[in-house]
Amino acid sequence: MPAAGATATVEFRHVSYRTGGNLILDNLSFSIEPGETLVLLGRSGAGKTTALKMVNGLLFPTSGDVCVDGRPTTDWDLIALRRGIGYVIQDVGLFPHFTVAQNVGLVPRLEGWPMERITARTRDLLQEVGLEPEQFLHRYPRELSGGQRQRVGVARALAADPRLLLFDEPFGALDPVTRLELQDQFLALRRQLQKTSIFVTHDVREALRLGTRIALLDRGRLEVLATPQEFVKSQEPVTRAFLAVLDIGMQMNAGDLG
Amino acid sequence: MNRPGLFDDILELTSEHFVLVLVSMAIAIAIGIPLGILLTRRPPLQGWVLGFANVLQTVPSLALFGFLIPIPLIGGIGKRTAIVALVLYALLPILRNTLVGILGVDPAVRESAVAMGMTDRQLLWQVELRLAAPTILAGVRVATVTTVGTATIAAAIGGGGLGVFIFRGIASVDTTQILAGAVPAAVLALLSDGGLGWIEKRFSAA
Repeated sequence: MPAAGATATVEFRHVSYRTGGNLILDNLSFSIEPGETLVLLGRSGAGKTTALKMVNGLLFPTSGDVCVDGRPTTDWDLIALRRGIGYVIQDVGLFPHFTVAQNVGLVPRLEGWPMERITARTRDLLQEVGLEPEQFLHRYPRELSGGQRQRVGVARALAADPRLLLFDEPFGALDPVTRLELQDQFLALRRQLQKTSIFVTHDVREALRLGTRIALLDRGRLEVLATPQEFVKSQEPVTRAFLAVLDIGMQMNAGDLG
Repeated sequence: MNRPGLFDDILELTSEHFVLVLVSMAIAIAIGIPLGILLTRRPPLQGWVLGFANVLQTVPSLALFGFLIPIPLIGGIGKRTAIVALVLYALLPILRNTLVGILGVDPAVRESAVAMGMTDRQLLWQVELRLAAPTILAGVRVATVTTVGTATIAAAIGGGGLGVFIFRGIASVDTTQILAGAVPAAVLALLSDGGLGWIEKRFSAA
């Protein structure tokens, strides 16, 4: 595995997004420092995914700027911007007609890496995400379980050593045990790669576990931006609403013990 | 009836028929697939073009052949007019299946292809066309089988092919002649259906 490569900064400057008369994002401003994992937490429809898609230029702000490495996405060559960003989504979006090896090696291939380097990189990455290369290289996505597909998705996002990683509820569709395993994997990879990441979730446990900071979005507005330690102490009503989920878990534990 | 001569005639007209279908299909594919791709990039045009192709399909084939005769350049009596009519008929299934096949690609797959930095061209060739291939081929197959049948009518405007037997047989109430046209046409249709079906299956497996 290569050492931690270059990593990026991201900054939202007064970003609003409007579509069909609805205000999806309302004047968002925050910045993400190199190496940090910012979790965008919020209910469905809070604008988390919309905000994420602004970073790799799948969407553009109606007003304001999203800057990657100090440059607004509107000034970037989008192909170059996107090839430097790893992207993992809930539906994985693996190419069904490509083998695991072809899926993982896609961005390096688009970037014109020599074949033997792609092959070596693919093997390393599969090992890294906990899939035995010999066993998985030549399988098709339909022959994998949900957890395995998601691991391949992570390997694919890491393939060309991107400066920035975006995760859109990547573990949302997995069973709780597999989800925990993949979260561990994520933490291990982060320690090793120290890449700037943005992680979208509606699961407060996942947010507390994975984030170095948590940005709580509610109806397109940034309500809270805090470290996990600060977040659990916050008295904001929106924060309490999320933390109530944890309280229920605690009460059940206490009940069992009593 | 001259039996040995009939066999030679069958061979000759079958190959003429085959060439008629082959040329028409080649042109229909060369127009239909790129036009279908273009339509996936220009959603407002989809309704218009598909509507036009649909209307063309509803014109009775014998009438379409007739309509084309007085049109300059593409009309007249003979093979060229027949090919134009056959192309117009074959266009709709190819066009529609290309459009449906590409639009049917999983949005998550398309989005991750774009997010990974594929250019529009790479998205088209490496993802959309590969995944739409079975659907597009199914359209080509339907169009081919239909064209084999419709091409028999080409004889009515001097286009040649197996229809020559059928029209001659009808005129002289000669069942042998009709069968001499109909049986090879049916065999041709079955063979092209089987062959294209085989290719289609190979593409779906990948």
